[in-house]
Amino acid sequence: MAGTFDAAAATAGPASRWRQGFGSWRSYLVLGAIAAFLLALLLIPIGTVFVVAFRDGDGSFTLGHFGTFFTTGLMRESFGNSLYVATTSVLVASLIAVPLAYITVRFQFRGALLIQTLGVLPLIMPPFVGAVAMQLVFGRSGSMNLLLEDHFGFSIPIMQGLTGVIFVESLHYFPFILMNLIVALRAIDGAMEEAALNLGARGWRLFARIVFPLAMPGYLAGAALVFIKVFDDLGTPLVLGQTNLLAPQAYLRITQVGLEDPLGYVISVIMIAFSILALWLSVRVMKGKDYSTLQKGGAGIARRRLQPAEALIAYAVIVLVLLVVLSPHLGLLVLSFTRIWSYSVLPETWTLANYATVFEDSSGMITNTLLYCGLAAGIDVVIGTAIAYLILRTRIPGRQWLDFAASAAIAVPGIVLAIGYLRMFQGVEIGGVPVTQTWLLIMLAYSVRRLPYALRSCMAALQQINVNLEEAAEMLGASKWRAVRRIVIPLMAGGILAGFVSSFITAAVELSATILLVVKESQAPMSYGIYLYMQSVSGRGAGAALGVLLVLTVAIGTYLSHILVDRANRNLEWKR
Amino acid sequence: MKAVAVECIGIGLAYGVNQVLQDITLAIEPGEFFALLGPSGSGKSTLLRLIAGFNRHNRGRLLVDGRDITGVPPHARNIGMVFQSYALWPHMSVFDNVAFGLVERRVSRAEVKRRVGEALALVELADYAQRRPNQLSGGQQQRVALARTIVIEPQVLLLDEPLSNLDKKLREQMRVELKRLQRKLGITTIFVTHDQEEAMTTADRMAVLDAGVLQQVGTPRALFDVPVNRFVAEFVGSTNLIPGRADPVRNVFVADGLGELPLAAGGSGSALSIRPHALTITTTRDGRRIWFDGAIRESEFLGEFTRYEVQVGPLLLTADSPHLSSSPIYTPGARVQVGIDPAEMRLLD
Repeated sequence: MAGTFDAAAATAGPASRWRQGFGSWRSYLVLGAIAAFLLALLLIPIGTVFVVAFRDGDGSFTLGHFGTFFTTGLMRESFGNSLYVATTSVLVASLIAVPLAYITVRFQFRGALLIQTLGVLPLIMPPFVGAVAMQLVFGRSGSMNLLLEDHFGFSIPIMQGLTGVIFVESLHYFPFILMNLIVALRAIDGAMEEAALNLGARGWRLFARIVFPLAMPGYLAGAALVFIKVFDDLGTPLVLGQTNLLAPQAYLRITQVGLEDPLGYVISVIMIAFSILALWLSVRVMKGKDYSTLQKGGAGIARRRLQPAEALIAYAVIVLVLLVVLSPHLGLLVLSFTRIWSYSVLPETWTLANYATVFEDSSGMITNTLLYCGLAAGIDVVIGTAIAYLILRTRIPGRQWLDFAASAAIAVPGIVLAIGYLRMFQGVEIGGVPVTQTWLLIMLAYSVRRLPYALRSCMAALQQINVNLEEAAEMLGASKWRAVRRIVIPLMAGGILAGFVSSFITAAVELSATILLVVKESQAPMSYGIYLYMQSVSGRGAGAALGVLLVLTVAIGTYLSHILVDRANRNLEWKR
Repeated sequence: MKAVAVECIGIGLAYGVNQVLQDITLAIEPGEFFALLGPSGSGKSTLLRLIAGFNRHNRGRLLVDGRDITGVPPHARNIGMVFQSYALWPHMSVFDNVAFGLVERRVSRAEVKRRVGEALALVELADYAQRRPNQLSGGQQQRVALARTIVIEPQVLLLDEPLSNLDKKLREQMRVELKRLQRKLGITTIFVTHDQEEAMTTADRMAVLDAGVLQQVGTPRALFDVPVNRFVAEFVGSTNLIPGRADPVRNVFVADGLGELPLAAGGSGSALSIRPHALTITTTRDGRRIWFDGAIRESEFLGEFTRYEVQVGPLLLTADSPHLSSSPIYTPGARVQVGIDPAEMRLLD
């Protein structure tokens, strides 16, 4: 027995001193590798976009391209349209989300769970896929309007023009506001509300003066996210044929005028600027206002049972929203089982042929999605775990910048990143094959764009692990690396897996970078395939079938990640 | 197993201008049960983590068994530490937790099984090997943490506030248990606490720290009876500090507003320390003490004794008067005689 610690004592000489040095040397190596990854695949491509937007033909600095942008009627119109669509979508999404959030938190009834589920539903379907189905349900000759015409002699042109885009986007993205708001409302200490009640505030005034302001940070975080998502969305306007918006214009410029046309870059810079502005505003307004006042063990805001009349109203609202939210899913499902569906409330003939077509022609797309998204999500959790560890467990200089740079990807529209890649990797070859002709860039674009999701998940997981757990392993003879492998990684596993799943599913529905980076049909993932099918009326059935498969994949993934997070939390519950 | 000494020689640690530890010189004897006592922020935990290898000092030397271990990473030190939070790994069974250090040392499987069994038997948890840590009570978790640490036969055992997460009754029980175990194993043991009672009842010797500076080292009795400064006098036990000035020529202490008090031995200082239980509260004077007129301000009956706040001239003194069923209890406002035993007075700077 004495032998064991004599052996340990023998290693505790200069050798271990070297090892400790090696340990920090290794952290610098990891930091350097991640920095290189972010530099090459995020910062330099975006920098390239900026440089082109501000560079004259002879290489000098110019604002001329911006001048051209603002003097071109089409550009000015697109700019105005994009702002209008994004702002209005935030408003409409708020009108749906705020009452639902309030009902969930305030009242005690079974519908609360329904709202939570309902909140996730739109997110599992990419908005451009939903757009097609919604045209069939709400369009000019869609089911709803046909019924209205037949019975009441009027129709609602809700899918016409920009209104259609706003309708689809707000229905798709309101869950971001809903979820953030519910969390914020739940964090309010019941005593806050009781104090206001005690001083005479009731009903609407209580909500407007105390409850909603306290939940404001959560609301703003959600609203900013919705604004960015809508402002940057490319697929929905394209599918709905609305090209007078910034994202479609950037796409058209690059694909039709060419990679040299500066206007595409100017649009990109403007899109990034507005994304950053929206994020900055939401952060600035919230600065120093962490309103989560709920103490440990304290009670949240009071819940009460619904009066019968109130219950009726609440359920009516929920059922109505549920019907509208579910309509694209149902529409897509119906469409996938039919050959032709037009000018009729429901299709007349049913078939399984679409699924046969998809499996015959497009099984490669399914494989591609699994391959790209799997690799991208894998890269994301490895980098996410490494950054989380560097930030939370080391004092290595520059670690905060990694977090900042990795999270900055959230403000970069997919189309802008794709333009940056095309420009930067123009002419770069690997083994005689141009990089821009391979699927490598698609996969890397996914991993860069979804890194923030995986990073948050990994950070949250590591934050829950008491540093003593790791130190105890070191005390018992495990080197730093062994302690990480045997203690930290297993304890983080739930969070890492959840991060993997959320990266994977959000990458699977990505279209705006994909659409520019796919050069051959053989490289196309499912999202691109759906878009292609949807271009022709005859392909819509097959597109819908592929869409159903994608939604199923994403739904299963979302469900899995919820289970994983739950289990991980339960595992660590007793640990502070 | 050979017990080893731990020596700190002029250890200093600073983060920027913030001095966390200043010139700590301390020798812990082989096999000693040693307490680091101090208020929060005193640097006691920092010193413990420094011995464990999680903090690194800027100045001075740290010797274990005569060898400087500065710069040796924690896993190569063969020092065991029991964390305040126990730090049991929730994803491993009790057995796997205790086996961890042995597995890292590449001990054979049969040997691991035997030694884990022995360690769990030592802390009386042999039947709990297959449980998960979260299925155990606080006291059981603590004993698993202890077994996990001693199974690797560390040269030095570090305990960070080992009893603070237990309720009062369990704490007293574990205190006895810890002491028994330490005697049996003979490991040099250092434990950190902010609870002076815990330190005094458990430790062979203790060190008092305040604001990163070592105040005094000695046996619990020495620190209680002969504190070197006001901080130690007030932190180890409680005391009355009477301000004034010692006159070494006339061998008296001139107390502000009270007059002269004769000193048993000479010396200098600007305060006099008298423990509450060394004050006598009565109505009749005798010749062995120095007497003052006093008035009771508050009285708290605590069973074994009564605690009085008594006004003597400008001073408000605390006096603990032993209680028997025949003793009187004075009520606020009562005029009393307050007696001071000259042998119990300590001069402090």
